[in-house]
Amino acid sequence: MKEIKIVVKNLNLYYGDKQALKDISLEIPDKRVTAFIGPSGCGKSTFLRVLNRMNDLIDHVKIEGEVYVDGVNIYDKSLDVVNLRKNVGMVFQKSNLFPKSVYENIVYGPKINGIRDKKILDEILERTLNQAAIWDEVKDRLNENALSLSGGQQQRLCIARALAVEPEIILMDEPASALDPISTAKIEELIHNLKQEYTIVIVTHNMQQAARVSDQTAFFYLGELIEFDRTTTIFTNPSKKQTEDYVTGRFG
Amino acid sequence: MEVKKRKKDISGVLSLTIVRLMFFFLVFILILLLGKIFIEGIGVISPEFLLDEPRDNMTGGGIGPAIFGTIAVTLLMVFFTVPLGVFSAIYLNEYAKDTFFTRVIRTSINNLAGVPSIVFGLFGLGFFILFIGKGLDDVLQTGLLFGQPALLWASATLAVLVLPIVIVSTLEALNSVPKSHRDASYGLGATKWQTIRNVVLPQARPGILTGTILAVSRGAGETAPILFLGAAFFLPNLPVADLCIGGYCIPMINPTEQFMYLAYHIFIMATQSANPTKTLPLQYGSTLVLIVLTFLLNITAIIFRYRFRKILGRL
Repeated sequence: MKEIKIVVKNLNLYYGDKQALKDISLEIPDKRVTAFIGPSGCGKSTFLRVLNRMNDLIDHVKIEGEVYVDGVNIYDKSLDVVNLRKNVGMVFQKSNLFPKSVYENIVYGPKINGIRDKKILDEILERTLNQAAIWDEVKDRLNENALSLSGGQQQRLCIARALAVEPEIILMDEPASALDPISTAKIEELIHNLKQEYTIVIVTHNMQQAARVSDQTAFFYLGELIEFDRTTTIFTNPSKKQTEDYVTGRFG
Repeated sequence: MEVKKRKKDISGVLSLTIVRLMFFFLVFILILLLGKIFIEGIGVISPEFLLDEPRDNMTGGGIGPAIFGTIAVTLLMVFFTVPLGVFSAIYLNEYAKDTFFTRVIRTSINNLAGVPSIVFGLFGLGFFILFIGKGLDDVLQTGLLFGQPALLWASATLAVLVLPIVIVSTLEALNSVPKSHRDASYGLGATKWQTIRNVVLPQARPGILTGTILAVSRGAGETAPILFLGAAFFLPNLPVADLCIGGYCIPMINPTEQFMYLAYHIFIMATQSANPTKTLPLQYGSTLVLIVLTFLLNITAIIFRYRFRKILGRL
C-alpha cells in the first residue's frame, strides 16, 4: 500500500441549514488516482472542493471536521489558503481558460507566484505543455487566443495550467464531461501518465471512466460516503447493496 | 377537419401601427431638432468663432473660452470620478458582503442618479466651497483662494453628479465576468486582489469605459449645478496659469479660477442678450459646437472601447 496523502476525518458540510456532506472519513493514497462517483447532487463535487477549500468562496457554507494534507490540518485557522491552493491544483468541469493567449494562460500561475524571469517561464511553459501532451499541437500557436482551440485542447491546456504552479495533488471535477470520446480518451491517458508524479482525485459521472482511470473509487449517495475501496472491488464485488445498484445501472 | 380561415389579428396590427408611429415621431423630432441646429449653426462656425473670445456684449466674436472651460471642467471631472467610481464599485461587488447595509448603499446609488442636478449644485456650493474651500483657506492661511466658486469645485461637483453612472456601469461590468474565470484564478493560488487585478478588471474594462462615456456626455451638458460653482458670464482670459519648476514654465489649467462653460454660455445668450437678433445665430453656433463636442468625446471613448474589445478578442 502506498503512503497516505490526504486524510479526512468526520467531515460535515452545510449550505445554510441544509447538510450536504454527512460525516465523511476517508484516506487518499499518494500518487494514485482516486475517483468519486455517485448520482447528481450526491455531494461528490462539493467534497472535492473541500480538499482545496474552494468552498470558502461561497457564502453561508459551514464546515466541521478535519482534513489533513501531508499531516497538516488545512482547516486550521492559521493556514495560508492561497499556499494550499498552489499545492492542491484544480481542473474544472468546463474549461475556464482566461481570454488571453495560450502563453499567458500557462504563465499566469507562475507569474502571480512572483516568477518574472522570461527564461524560467519559457521552461515551465514547455515542460507543462509536454506533460499535458499538447505541446506539439500548440507550440506554433502560443500567442493565439486560447479560446480559439478546440474543446479537448482547451481542457488539456487547463490541466497544463494547473501543473504550472507545481502542485502535488490535482483535483479534477468531471474534466471530460463536455468532451467527445477521442478527447476524453486523451484526457484519460494523460491522467494515467500524471499519476507517476501526482496524487489525482477525479469526480466523474461516467462509471466506465472511473473504472478505466482510477485505482480506488468512492461512491457517494445523498451526501454520505457509502463505500470506498479498490476500483476493481467496487465494480465487481461491492459490499453494499446501494453501490451495486448504482454501478450496475439500476438507478442514478 | 375543416379548414378554418385565419382570423385577422386586429389588436396585433393596431399595436404594431402605434409602436411604429411612435418610433417615426421620435426620429422625426430628433431630425428636426438636430437639423435645425445644424442648418442655423453651421453658418457662424469659423476658426475665429471657435478660438476667439466673445465681443461687443456677447453680440460678436467667438466662444473660445467657453469651449476651453467645458473641456477643462470635463477632463478634471473624469479625473475625479473614474477612480472613485471604479474603486467603489470594486469594493461593492468584490469585497462587501451582501447585507442589509450594502443593499441600502446600492439602492441609494441608484436613487442618486435621479436627484435633480440643481440639488447637486447647491450641495457643491455648501459642501465644496463653503465647507471644504473655506476650511482649506482657514487652515492654510491663504486668504480667499479656495473658498470661492472655481473650476476645481465645479469639476468636483459634476464628478459627484456622474458618480452613480460610473459606479452602476462598473458594477455591471464586474458582474458580467464569469465566475469560472475567478475560480480558475483562485485555484491557481491567486489572492483576491491578484484575481481582480489580472482577471476581472481586464475583462471589465470595456464596460467601465462605457460608464465613462455616459458620464462625460452627461457632465459636459449640465448647466444647473455649475451656476453657483464658478461658471462666469464673461471671462475673456482662459483659466490658465504657468506652472514653473526650476525656471521651466508650462501653462496649466488653473483650478482656482472661474471659467466659461458652453452650456451656461448658451443659457446666458438666450436670456440676457442685449440684442437678440445678433446673438441668435451665435446661439445656434454654440449649441452645434456643444453637440459636436460631446459627440467627439463619445467617439473617442467608443474607439478606445472598441480597441480594448479587439485586443481582448484577439489574445
